[in-house]
Amino acid sequence: MGIFDKIKEKFKKKEKPQAGDSKEVKEKDLALESTKEEAVFDTETIKKDMKNMGVEIRLEGLTKEFVEKKTNRITVAVDNFDVTIPAGKLVGLLGPSGCGKSTTLYMISGLHQPTAGRIYFGDDDVTNLPPEKRGIGLVFQNYSLYPHMTVKQNIMFPLENMKVPKEEAEKRAQYMAELVQIGDLMNRKPNQLSGGQQQRVAIARALVKMPRVLLLDEPLSNLDARLRMQMREEIRRIQRETGITTIFVTHDQEEAMSISDEIVVMKDGVLHQKDKPQHVYNEPVDEFVAKFLGNPPINIIEGKIEDGKLIVNGKVLEKVKLEDQPIHLGIRAEFFQVDPKGRLEAEIEFLEHIGRDTMVIASIEDASKTFKALVSAQTIKDLEVGHKIRFNYSSYFVFNAETGERLI
Amino acid sequence: MLEWKKDGWKAAIALGPTLLIMAVFTFYPIVNTFIMAFRNNYKFLSGVDEGFGIQNFVTVLSDPRFLGALKNTLLMVVVSVPITVILSILIAVALNSIERLRGFFQTIFFLPYVTNTIALGLVFNTVFHKDFGLFNSLFNLGAVDWLGAETTYWRAFFVLMVYTVWNGLAFKIIVLLSGLQNIDKQYYQAAAIDGASKWRIFRKITIPLLSPMILYTTITSFIGAFKVYTSVISLFGKGAGASNSFGPDNMLITVVGYIYNKLWEAGTPFGVASAGSVILFVIILLITLIQRRVSKSRVHY
Repeated sequence: MGIFDKIKEKFKKKEKPQAGDSKEVKEKDLALESTKEEAVFDTETIKKDMKNMGVEIRLEGLTKEFVEKKTNRITVAVDNFDVTIPAGKLVGLLGPSGCGKSTTLYMISGLHQPTAGRIYFGDDDVTNLPPEKRGIGLVFQNYSLYPHMTVKQNIMFPLENMKVPKEEAEKRAQYMAELVQIGDLMNRKPNQLSGGQQQRVAIARALVKMPRVLLLDEPLSNLDARLRMQMREEIRRIQRETGITTIFVTHDQEEAMSISDEIVVMKDGVLHQKDKPQHVYNEPVDEFVAKFLGNPPINIIEGKIEDGKLIVNGKVLEKVKLEDQPIHLGIRAEFFQVDPKGRLEAEIEFLEHIGRDTMVIASIEDASKTFKALVSAQTIKDLEVGHKIRFNYSSYFVFNAETGERLI
Repeated sequence: MLEWKKDGWKAAIALGPTLLIMAVFTFYPIVNTFIMAFRNNYKFLSGVDEGFGIQNFVTVLSDPRFLGALKNTLLMVVVSVPITVILSILIAVALNSIERLRGFFQTIFFLPYVTNTIALGLVFNTVFHKDFGLFNSLFNLGAVDWLGAETTYWRAFFVLMVYTVWNGLAFKIIVLLSGLQNIDKQYYQAAAIDGASKWRIFRKITIPLLSPMILYTTITSFIGAFKVYTSVISLFGKGAGASNSFGPDNMLITVVGYIYNKLWEAGTPFGVASAGSVILFVIILLITLIQRRVSKSRVHY
């Protein structure tokens, strides 16, 4: 059920007692209130609003350069960025800090003007539109709630700017507040709210004008760990209920993986990969993506290709159809199994018991070149630090040692 | 933590000189003013009085010159304070929104603050001179006398207000400008996203977030305006003790001017001037309290 069905249902319920009154009276009187309600939430309005929701976003060759005033040095924050965000999806824009993801978000919002490239919402080219004409809702990292206004005034502010009649604005604000579960806090000031509640108010304020796109800048970074988990689910729920195309920026891969329909991984202003979270995890396009996703980070083991053989520490591990070159072998911790006949031999440096599983920190050549293997505790019960151990692995990636390009 | 036994002497050394000076030149005079105000017919030099009472207050409050001075002062307050505050807000917002030449304009507006009052008075006397003043020739008014012997009450009042407002702008603009620069830019970004017009941003974001500074400037300008004295002297003064220091017939005399004149009036006990001071103090106190009460619901800290 979409948000508008809910709104419809909600106000049907409210009107019911009135409808229960004698029909004639209603027809004669044309009770001002009920007509207003009908005018506000009639199917036409909802259809019109619905058309706005869940629009596809297309970025074409988007580039942003910042010029340092004194030195005239140009910094390219976002470099020829092409990406299509499907309609009605929740997409995480993921990358290390300073990778240009927030800049991209701000360009989509209209607060930053791109140096080059175009931004489309559906078929509309919005590149040169000011923020208020784009139909976007933006939630700032620190929420930026107006401190002198109550929650209600904060949520109603965008509607007042649109000159929505007061009565309707109040109803919409109340509906949004209930959607984000702060309906009973309407008369509080922002400084009387917890971080999570402020976050909800900010989302309500962004959504109340029925934007086509919802943008969230590091939405969870100001919350403590427990609230973060909770708000994650909340954002997912709110996005599902409204069906609004949502982009959120984060540097936390776990956060992005857990709630996104798709994730867009970027680094140094360049797009690396865009796909479903599990697919990006399982099939990273390059070493950067492989390293950025997953906890613990993927193990990178130095090796080389010689005569079609993948060699690590002088031992042949695989036969591959690749030219001779130095490579990085990428194996995730959970890909390893302990196997007495395994191809990879190592020495145990440290054992970390985590319940059912044990994290084995092992070294190949010398103690400085370690990797982590997550294995069943059962399989290593006889082993101790200093012992030799042999591993097999269910999957592996091969990256070019210099470019990080994925070879296998 | 500061412990008295250990650190008391350090605190005493640090605070001592200031406290001593304040005790002699501020606290003692304040207390003494209150006492003198209630001593009937007190002779300062011989130290004799005719007991305590409210005779001085009766004298002051029944003196038509005091009531005239009070009327003048109230008029100046009512006219100059709103104009100064509103103008300074507008100028501060305008200055804050430009980047080029901001420093230049800031300096221009701040100049009166650092310029000698007497010099400013001389400049105004030149600008508003009857025969060769810039003002008359600029507006083609002929030989209108603004500050001389033939001026009228309202003409003199007009010039005084121009002077007061212009002179008062400097400090308020600086205070408000620093207040504006402390407002988080992101509120404006949020307002842009929310589609607020420039006027609504000014009304709904800037003014409320600036309200503590606006309250501060309003209260200080009220207090300043009630204490107005030097500006009148610098415009009309013909030297200390001259009878026409506040315009022809002392028509623009203020409460502080009245108090000052009473101090030097032969045969008038000091208690009369003290009573005038106490009355002024009470008026300012009341107005400040009322302002704080009224603004409680409108100022957002």
